[in-house]
Amino acid sequence: MGVFRRGFRRIWALGRRAKLDREIEDELREHMRMRVDADVAKGMSPDEAIRRARLRFGNPTVVKERVDAEDAALGLESFFRDARYAVRGFVKSPGFTIVAVLTLALGIGANTAVFQLLDAVRLRSLPIQRSQELAELRIVGGNKGLGITDSAFANFTIPMWQEVRRHHDPFSAVLAWRGNDVLVGKMTEAKHAHGLEVSGDFFNVLGVAPWQGRLIEPQDEGSCEVSKAVASYAFWKAQMGGQPITPKKTIAMDGRTVQVLGVTPPEFFGLIVGERFDLAYPTCTPPNPRREMFIFSVMGRLKPGWSIERASGYFTSLSPGIMESTAPDGYSAEAIKTFKSIRLGAYPAGGGVSGLREAYDSSLQLLLAITGLVLLIACANLANLMLARASARQREMAIRMALGASRGRLLRQLLIGSSLLAFSGAAIGVVLAQPLSHLLVSSLSTSEYSIQLSIVTDWRVLLFATGIAVLTCIVFGTFPAMRGTSVDPIRALKAGERGVAGSRERFSLQRLLVVTQIAVSMVLLVGAVLFVRSYRNLMTIDPGFRESGITVGDFGFPMEQIKPENEAAFKRQLVEDVRSVPGVQNAAATTNVLLSGSTWSHGVHVGSAEGPSRFTYVSPSYFATMGISATDWARFCGDGHGGYSVRADCEPGFRAQILRHQGAAGAASAGDAGAAIPGSHVPSSGNGGGYQVQRSARRARADGLRSDRSVAGHRARAWSCDGD
Amino acid sequence: MAKNDLQGALDLLILKSLSQLGAMHGYGIAMHIEDVSDALLSVEEGSLYPALHRMEQSGWVRAEWAVTESSRKAKFYTLTAAGRKQLAAREKNWEQVVKGVQAILRFA
Repeated sequence: MGVFRRGFRRIWALGRRAKLDREIEDELREHMRMRVDADVAKGMSPDEAIRRARLRFGNPTVVKERVDAEDAALGLESFFRDARYAVRGFVKSPGFTIVAVLTLALGIGANTAVFQLLDAVRLRSLPIQRSQELAELRIVGGNKGLGITDSAFANFTIPMWQEVRRHHDPFSAVLAWRGNDVLVGKMTEAKHAHGLEVSGDFFNVLGVAPWQGRLIEPQDEGSCEVSKAVASYAFWKAQMGGQPITPKKTIAMDGRTVQVLGVTPPEFFGLIVGERFDLAYPTCTPPNPRREMFIFSVMGRLKPGWSIERASGYFTSLSPGIMESTAPDGYSAEAIKTFKSIRLGAYPAGGGVSGLREAYDSSLQLLLAITGLVLLIACANLANLMLARASARQREMAIRMALGASRGRLLRQLLIGSSLLAFSGAAIGVVLAQPLSHLLVSSLSTSEYSIQLSIVTDWRVLLFATGIAVLTCIVFGTFPAMRGTSVDPIRALKAGERGVAGSRERFSLQRLLVVTQIAVSMVLLVGAVLFVRSYRNLMTIDPGFRESGITVGDFGFPMEQIKPENEAAFKRQLVEDVRSVPGVQNAAATTNVLLSGSTWSHGVHVGSAEGPSRFTYVSPSYFATMGISATDWARFCGDGHGGYSVRADCEPGFRAQILRHQGAAGAASAGDAGAAIPGSHVPSSGNGGGYQVQRSARRARADGLRSDRSVAGHRARAWSCDGD
Repeated sequence: MAKNDLQGALDLLILKSLSQLGAMHGYGIAMHIEDVSDALLSVEEGSLYPALHRMEQSGWVRAEWAVTESSRKAKFYTLTAAGRKQLAAREKNWEQVVKGVQAILRFA
């Protein structure tokens, strides 16, 4: 209490210095008058009394100054006086000041930039109402490669979602969503846009209010022909000219005319941190939803009184029932057993979901540690500079101490000076951090995948920068200040102009600083060399396929309104057409582009061996086009035995099993590739043995999940040649 | 060992006077010390006021403007709780100092 009151008094006193001065004068004058009064009362003449009082009192100005000094010694007034003094000192040596502030600005700026990214990726919550209540339901331990998984965030099939929609006691409301790219504009000039398929309650549950018009509401859910959509603010501004939303506002999406209902607020980017949706449209429930296709991410708002753990327990105990009633058919008994063993858990989702988090979290922390070391070097450097400065000022310090300045007073003055440096460095650093963060983000983005992060200087970033500034100030300011003020005035003055620069102690401290600097620099240098080497290795590694001169184009059957029975012919024709374009060496079709990481999996049987394997569809010309060494692959592709063949290159354990059965490398066998015949068994025409492809992935015609691409496909552990 | 605080004597005198007088202005404190000590001790204004202001900054005394009996405006000082604690500590300390000094003086 007292501390606060006194602090407040001092701040208050700052603004009324003049009044305080007057008060002191008044007090002293009244004192004199009281003495004169008393003497007069004793019978002295007034003149004599005044003379005596003056004699006794001495010089009133001196007394006043002394009283004033007492008032100011502990006050903020003296703080500002010290700060002014420090600034005057810095102005006198601009070279030192500029170097010091810039060094700190770069050091603090780099740290703040990395922290800002960490903040955006990891710490900040979604711009929605009461984000801490939001929880995501996920499959505990992942879905173990069952069925088809649409994205990293897809944990729910449509039937599973419907079950949870009916039973969600811990949640006041639930929502489902998935990211799905859409084509916007007329067919000939259509552009890709990030679509967001949402359940009717999505915006209500999140508590996102419309910026314009209205957002998607429960009654919009229904028809699987998308007819309504909501634009994000950025999309509305950039692609729709930011014109007011009217009931007649429409947009061409996936070849259909869609009414634009409204616009979301600028800060709402969807639920994926690092990405930004363009158009949100209502989801629908098809009459026969696919039971093996995981497409939705499901979230809910916790009811008051429910903790995440309790909610998680609720859904885990509910899981057997849900999975029982939603199990797909056509899978082996074992696969169904795995499916039914799926357990759901609730996880906090107030910060949204993000692939960046897993991918870059540790890298960012490492980066933060490295920039921290850089800052440490900068501090050591500065400490040395300050030390040199302090030794130059030793004589000044000695004189002031001889005149009666206390060591604490001098120490405070020096520390105020270095904290001024630190905070100006931090201020410039925070400004510098903005472009640095953007630079980092743009270096992580690729042409295929751009990271959209809103990097803002929020209170966490400011707190961080302030913390660093204080820390640096302690590191580089304290030791030199202690050293600078620990002079013996007499010795220092005797030593004359040279000061006591020869003090062994000071040199040993400087040596220590230099050694630290070199040691930390070595660590960083070695680290940097290792990084560069790894980077070079990554750049020069032979991925086993052609890396340059490849153009990828997407198309989807539903958009082109091609009948299923004509798809194969169309595809063949397309590949032929592309190949005949002058300058094109080869062309092929596949469902998944190399290194994109997307595939789908089937259970594969080889004799009694069974296991999941990942598949990608490719056309016969694929391996030639991608320059994948022909010896292994071509044998099994397009060699005229009905066109269906499968090359297994599975996980080592699984391959060993297959090889045991096949008795030969390069399991030649047959499988179902293009045709959608579940559980079909095609006899092999290779060197013995055979696959039974347990269940093929049907062509995802209607849902547009699968868009055939004209080239590529790798990393899939099993290939199938598209024999159509 | 008692803190060798002969300079602190003035603070002690002021604090003790205030504890005896209640609220009092600087002149009153100075007169009180002179009267009670039979003019053996006299406090100079040049020391008294800096000391009072220092104590005010430290929160030992509180100051308020008021009117004296002779209807003059004066700054009246009163002890705070912290001041009372300080006084107790200083009184104890002072006894130690006096004992120590006397021991030295009596040493034959």
